[in-house]
Amino acid sequence: MTAHSATPAETFRNEAEDLLVELEAALLDLEGDPDDREQIDRAFRALHTIKGSGAMFGFERVAAFTHHVESAFQKVRDGELAASHELVGVALASLDHIRALLDGAGDPAKEELLLAHVRRILGAAPPPVAAPAAEPADEPPAEKIWRIRLALGPQAMAFGTNPLLLLDELRQLGECTVVALTEAVPPLGDMDPTVCYLAWDIVLITDRPRSAIDEVFIFVVDDARLSVEEVPADAEVRLGEILVRRGDVPEQAVSDALSQQRPIGEMLVGEGKVAPERVAAALAEQHQVREKAAKSAVGDASGQGSIRVQAERLDGLMDQVGELVIAQARLRQLVAASDDLALKAISEEIERLSSELRDTTMGIRMLPIGTLFGRFRRVVRDLSQALGKDVELTVEGEESELDKTLIERLNDPLVHLIRNSIDHGIEPVERRRAAGKPERGRVHLAAAHSGAQVLISVTDDGRGMDRAAIRAKAEERGLIAPDAAIADSELLSFIFHPGFSTAAQVSSVSGRGVGMDVVKRTIDSLRGTIEVSSTVGAGSTVTLKLPLTLAIIDGLLVRVGRGMYVIPLSAVEECVELSPEEDSRASGCSFLSIRGDLVPFLRLREVFHAATEPDPYQKVVVVSSGTLRVGLVVDQVVGQHQTVIKSLSKLLDDVHEFSGATILGDGSVALILDVPRLLALGQDQESRRLAS
Amino acid sequence: MSKTILSVDDSASIRQMVAFTLESAGYKVATATDGRDALTRLKAQPADLVITDLNMPNLDGLGLIREIRALPQFKFVPIVFLTTESEEAKKREAKAAGATGWIVKPFQSEQLVAVVKKLLG
Amino acid sequence: MTTTEIASISPAARGKPGAGAFQPMQVLTMALAGDVFALDSDSVLEVLDLAEVAEVPNCRAFVKGLINVRGKVVPVVDLRVRLGIRGAAETTEDSRIVVMAVTLGGEETLVGVLADKVYEVVEIAPAALEEAPTIGIHWRAEFIKAIGKRADGFIVVIDIGKVFAAGEQELSKA
Repeated sequence: MTAHSATPAETFRNEAEDLLVELEAALLDLEGDPDDREQIDRAFRALHTIKGSGAMFGFERVAAFTHHVESAFQKVRDGELAASHELVGVALASLDHIRALLDGAGDPAKEELLLAHVRRILGAAPPPVAAPAAEPADEPPAEKIWRIRLALGPQAMAFGTNPLLLLDELRQLGECTVVALTEAVPPLGDMDPTVCYLAWDIVLITDRPRSAIDEVFIFVVDDARLSVEEVPADAEVRLGEILVRRGDVPEQAVSDALSQQRPIGEMLVGEGKVAPERVAAALAEQHQVREKAAKSAVGDASGQGSIRVQAERLDGLMDQVGELVIAQARLRQLVAASDDLALKAISEEIERLSSELRDTTMGIRMLPIGTLFGRFRRVVRDLSQALGKDVELTVEGEESELDKTLIERLNDPLVHLIRNSIDHGIEPVERRRAAGKPERGRVHLAAAHSGAQVLISVTDDGRGMDRAAIRAKAEERGLIAPDAAIADSELLSFIFHPGFSTAAQVSSVSGRGVGMDVVKRTIDSLRGTIEVSSTVGAGSTVTLKLPLTLAIIDGLLVRVGRGMYVIPLSAVEECVELSPEEDSRASGCSFLSIRGDLVPFLRLREVFHAATEPDPYQKVVVVSSGTLRVGLVVDQVVGQHQTVIKSLSKLLDDVHEFSGATILGDGSVALILDVPRLLALGQDQESRRLAS
Repeated sequence: MSKTILSVDDSASIRQMVAFTLESAGYKVATATDGRDALTRLKAQPADLVITDLNMPNLDGLGLIREIRALPQFKFVPIVFLTTESEEAKKREAKAAGATGWIVKPFQSEQLVAVVKKLLG
Repeated sequence: MTTTEIASISPAARGKPGAGAFQPMQVLTMALAGDVFALDSDSVLEVLDLAEVAEVPNCRAFVKGLINVRGKVVPVVDLRVRLGIRGAAETTEDSRIVVMAVTLGGEETLVGVLADKVYEVVEIAPAALEEAPTIGIHWRAEFIKAIGKRADGFIVVIDIGKVFAAGEQELSKA
C-alpha cells in the first residue's frame, strides 16, 4: 500500500517513471524483434496507463500527447501496423518527450514534430481544426415530462444492480411517480429469487436533459428493456389516450370502454384488458401532466406566481372545506367514545390537517379591500356633481384583506354611508366658505385590521350630526322618553332605526329615511357592529367592525330545551351558573350581578318557548358587544364547536334571533344565535328597568 | 456504518487516488494489487463493492469478476471495472462476466464517487 | 297507475273550460291527511326518510324546522298547515320528506316537504286535468294548480311556486 503522505500526483509521477522504464525496455526489445507480441502488449499497456492515469492526476499534456502514440501501438496490437524501426524510433523520442512533460518541461515545437511523424506513420491526415461548437443558447432549461418504462435484464440483480437505487437516482432528477408492474411475477414455486421480475412505469418531470436520464440507466441499458419518451404537456389528455400511446391497450378496447359510462380505467381493468398497475401508472402520468400544465399556467399568469381562479371554484372549495370540518367534528365525536389509540392519533392528525386546510382556504379567499374602494370614486364624483358640491374621496388601508364574500356584501352599505356623508354631512360650498373650511369637502374611506376583525370607516369633514334633531325625532317616535338621559353614542345610533331621517328636506339621494337601517341590517347579518361619532361643525365618522371571514367561526354550543344552539365565541365573555336566588326571581325583567355590575339576562327557554322541563342548574353565557352585555340563560353548556355557517332559508327571514345554522358532529342541525339581536332584547329589558 | 470498498489495481497511483477519493467521501477502502491478491483479501474481509482494473498481471479483471461471481456470498456485490474508451470488446466481456458498472479512464474523483454512490446508494 | 289509465277515465274532461290550458305533467304523488296530493316532479330532487328536524323557535307555523341534507341546511314545511288542512300531523314509518328546488325571492333554494306517504311518479294527461274549483274543497285554492281526476278519486296538484312565492305579507306568520 502506498504511503498516504505523497500526493496521488507524486505517486503517479513515480509510477510513470517506472512505466517509462517498462516502455523503454519493451521498445528496445521490439527493435530486435518487431513481432514480439508480448513486448507489443507491454509497450501498449505502459502507454495506456500513462495516458489514462495522466489525465486523472492533472497531467493533461502528457495524456493528450501519449494518446497519439498509444493509438499507433493499438494498431500494432490489432495487426494493422508494423512495429517498424521508424515507429520504435518515434516512440523512443516520444518517451523522452513524455519524461520532459512529466517534469513540467517539454518543447511544444518538438511535440508538433513528433506528432506529425506519428500521424504520417499512421497514414492519418492532421486533424482538422474543429470549428468551435456553437454554444447552445443560454436559456433556462425547460421542464419536460418523461415517460420511462424499465424492465431489468434477468441477471441484473445477480450482477450487483439494486433497482431501488436506480429509482432513487431518478427521483433526484425531479418529481417522479413510480408504479411497479407486477404482471411478470411468476407463482412462488417458479420464482428465482435472484431474478428481478418487476418492471416500472415512471413519470418524471425534470428540467434536466435527456442525457441525465440516460446516465441513470447507463450500466443496465444494454440488458434491460428501457424506453424513455417525452410526453407532451397537454393538460387535456385523456386516460384512454395515455394507455393507447403507452401501448398498454389497443385503441378499440378504449373506445369500447368509453361507450359505457364508467371510469375508463376501471372498465379496462374489469374487462381484463389491462393490468391495474398499468392504469395506475397511466393515471399518475395524467396527473403529473395536468399538474405541470397547471404550473405552467401559473407561470404564464404572472411572474409573481399568482394564479387566477374562478370565484365559483373558491366558493366550492370553501363549501367542501366546510363539509370537511363538519365530517371531522363527527369523527372526533366518534373517536372520543373509542379506546383505539391509533384511531385517536389519526383523528387528531385529520383535525390538524383540516384546520390548516381551512386556514389556507380562507387565506385564498382574502381580497384587498382596495378592489371595493376603487368603485366608489365614480359614486362620489357623480353624487357631488348632482348635488352641486365639491367633494374629494381619499382612501387608506386599501391593502387590508378580507373575505371576498364580505367584500361583495359591503358594497351596498358603504355606498349608503358615502351618499349619506355627501348628502347630509358635507355642506354646500358657500356654507363651507362661511365656516372657514376648505371649499372642497372630503370623504375619507379607511380600512385597518384589528385582531380577527377589520375596521372600515367612512369619515366626512362636514357639519356633523345635529343631536337635537335626532333627539327630537327619537322622542317623536317614542324611542326615548322626553328628557331621559342617554349616552351620546346611543343617541347617534338612532340614525340606524328604520324610517329615521333628520334631513329637513327629502332629497332624491338619501333623505327618504331608507338606507341607514338597511346598512345596519346588512352589517348585523355579517356579524359586524357599527359605531358612530360626530363633532358638530367638524364632521362625522361611521365605523364598521367586521369579522375577517364569514364562512367559519368558533362557537360555544349550548342546549335550550331540546334545541342545540351555537353562540359565536368572539361574543362570549364568560359562563356562570345561575344561582337559585337569581333563578327564582320572576321571569321577564331579570338581572344578574357579575362582579358588582348588573347584567340583564334573557331566559332563552322563554324566548324560544321551550316545552321541556328546565334543567335544575341553569347556566348563563354572558355575551357582549362594545359596552353592551347580556346574559343568556341556557339549560346546558355543551362545549366549544367549530361552526361552518350556513345561511338560513328565506322561509325563515322573519326569525331574527338567529343569524344562521350549522351542522353538528352527529349530523343534526343547530341554530346560530344572532348576538346583536339578543343584546338589543337585553337592552330593552335594561331600558324597562331604567324606566321603572 | 461506512461501507467497505475494495480497490484492485496494479497501478499504485490509481489505488491511491481511489482510496483517497473514496475515504474522503466517507467509505472504508481496502486495496489489492491484482486479481489474485483481491480474491485472497475478499475471502478474509468481505467488501460492499469492488472496483477493479481490467489489465492486471496474475489474475486480470475479467478473471477476477468471474471468480467473484462464482462465490455465493458475493453474488449481489456490485463490481465496477475501469476501462478506456477504446476497450469496447473488453467492456462487453466484463459485463457478461458479471460486472455491475464501469468507469471510463481517465476519470475525475467526482465521477468515481458518483458511480460508487449510484451502486451503493 | 299509468298515463293511459288516467286518460281513459277522463273523457268527460274534454271540452270543459280550462282543460286546454294544461300540458301533460309528470308529478310525484303523495298522501297528506288522507288525500292524494301531487308535486311537479321536475322540482323534486329526492325523497328522504323522516330525519330529526331541528325546530326553529318563533318561525312561521308551516315551517317545521331544519334538516341536514348532505351538508346543506334545508327547511322542512308542513303543507297541511300551509294549505289550511285541519288536524295535526302524525308521523308514521311511511312519513317522508320530499326535497324540492323552489324559487324564493328570485333565488333557487331547497325546501323539504313533509308527506304522510310517497307513492310514485306519474304522468297526467291534459285531458285528465281540471281547474281547481273554488268551492267544495277544504284547502286554500290559490295553492292548487289543478285537479287530476282518476277512477278512485282526485289528485290535487300543488303549485309549489305559489306556496312559497306569495308576498311577504302572505308569508307572515300563518
